Amino acid sequence: MATQLAPESMYRNDEGMGIWEHRGKVAAVGVGHSPTARRWDGKAETSVGAWSILALRRAIEDAGVSPDQVDGLVIVPVTTTGAFWPEDTPVPMDIVNSFNRTGDPLDGIAQLSAEWLLNNMPELTNVNFTMYGAGCMSNALNVASQAIGDGLTHTCLVLKAWHNLEGRYYQSGANAHDAIPGTAALKSLWGAPACYGTALQFAEYCRKYGKTHDMMAPFMTNSRRNGLMFPEGYWAQHRPEELTAEDYEYARWIAKPANLFDNDIPIMMAGAYLFTTAERAQDMKQKPVYILNHASSNAMPRSLTPTLDEVEAETAKTGRKIYEGAGITAADLSFENMYDGFTEFHQFHIEGLGYRGIKFGEALDFYQTDISIEGPNPVSPSGGNIGSGRSRVWLHTDSIQQLQGRAGARQVTGVKPEIAVSGGPMPLGGNYTVWSATPD
Amino acid sequence: MVKQGIVPDELTKPFFDAANDERLVIQNCTACDRLQHPPAPACSQCGSGDGLEWKEMSGRGKIYNYGVVYDTPVRLLQVTQPFNVAVIMLDDDPGIQMYSHLPGTPPDDVPVGASVEVIFEATANDQKIPEWRVVD
Repeated sequence: MATQLAPESMYRNDEGMGIWEHRGKVAAVGVGHSPTARRWDGKAETSVGAWSILALRRAIEDAGVSPDQVDGLVIVPVTTTGAFWPEDTPVPMDIVNSFNRTGDPLDGIAQLSAEWLLNNMPELTNVNFTMYGAGCMSNALNVASQAIGDGLTHTCLVLKAWHNLEGRYYQSGANAHDAIPGTAALKSLWGAPACYGTALQFAEYCRKYGKTHDMMAPFMTNSRRNGLMFPEGYWAQHRPEELTAEDYEYARWIAKPANLFDNDIPIMMAGAYLFTTAERAQDMKQKPVYILNHASSNAMPRSLTPTLDEVEAETAKTGRKIYEGAGITAADLSFENMYDGFTEFHQFHIEGLGYRGIKFGEALDFYQTDISIEGPNPVSPSGGNIGSGRSRVWLHTDSIQQLQGRAGARQVTGVKPEIAVSGGPMPLGGNYTVWSATPD
Repeated sequence: MVKQGIVPDELTKPFFDAANDERLVIQNCTACDRLQHPPAPACSQCGSGDGLEWKEMSGRGKIYNYGVVYDTPVRLLQVTQPFNVAVIMLDDDPGIQMYSHLPGTPPDDVPVGASVEVIFEATANDQKIPEWRVVD
């Protein structure tokens, strides 16, 4: 049977569920990343499939296990950054046939199945559990954590990969047509780009709390700085350029009040982790990072776009779920790695968490204080999507590496790295993981 | 500013047929007495599709929020950038939102909270859609 999407029962969506039943019994050990690229160059060895295999093998090696010890694989099958394979462009069959293909020629090129990976990783001889998480690494992590806790797998690879094809983001397909279906028209006819919804929420936020767009600048420069210390990231690998407050404030608008830098840059990459039981992790090569809880949110706006009231209600609820299942409070967080791509999400997430005691409307003032990795209140030490490109992976990799004490130049020094939270993406819909250096 | 044409589907045909008659209708669940937009096959509150009807609105609302689009992905609109995309909340139920380019209102000169009234505008294939104009 083909791999299935994880059932709703694997997610912790509700308040009042108490401490997660597998708290501290699941651990992340290995980390593996492919290189990054702005777009696919059309070669087999840089395809999303090839880079996924590379990331998975690196995670296995990093954990110090043999491939035949791996018995689980949780991935996200969707790999698009927004670009789908053009209908009028032939699929490059020479590339497709250079791998052990599945029935769908786009597998490994512009999407990914667990079956394709297993066909092309013959060393994974004992995988008997495969499952899909939807959308992001954040989702796949929750699925893998629950699966290990439930005993469905004991040594599980988790993967999220991205392809990025030629052409401008979202400019093809229906947006290039002269007419569109009625259901789509009710939302998309007015031509708002992807960041518009977040920009709206940010505009309301600024009006309500008396804040301004330029108050985001310290967060932006801090995120790029942290990203440039992330050797796995796009900016560090390809464009090692600092971002100044002036660069940010004078960038062109995309949907005011969201400018160019408020949008993360679409890239190609693959990121993988090796998860296992806390018990098995003791014998592996890297220090285990224990999972205290996973939590999810899945709210819908009343109408076309979430209001600020809806955003704040849901992020506060998410914060409560995160802490309840982990058995911690905001005061226990060493740092946070909440989602940032679009940048204007980040303040909603950390206000919902009450990170360092901040309340609604206070995050932009908090950004004006020391939020560096050297200070007492690190904000997004990974640098997030803003610091390293659109992957929705950096936030998790950094959390693991920080708690393992191997974040390199990015290592937080103003706090002792003991407990962290990462996840996203949307304030109304996301998945979150609480990480800990110890199991209790 | 000519928008893309619209091909109504089964779910949205009553909405767009009414727009061609210059009437604004919104889907309503009779069991919950609750409006919903965009329309859906079932009520988002009770989950039933049995009591869904189309209810005519007053055509009056308020500007709730807006952004200014400088880089639209929609090809037909790229020649008219920058432009406003406002969110209108209906006076009949402020929980119901509709988008608007606010014809007649310069980009980034949007009076948030101001009253608006519905007008009907033809798209590229002559299908009409509700738009909104600031009331003096």
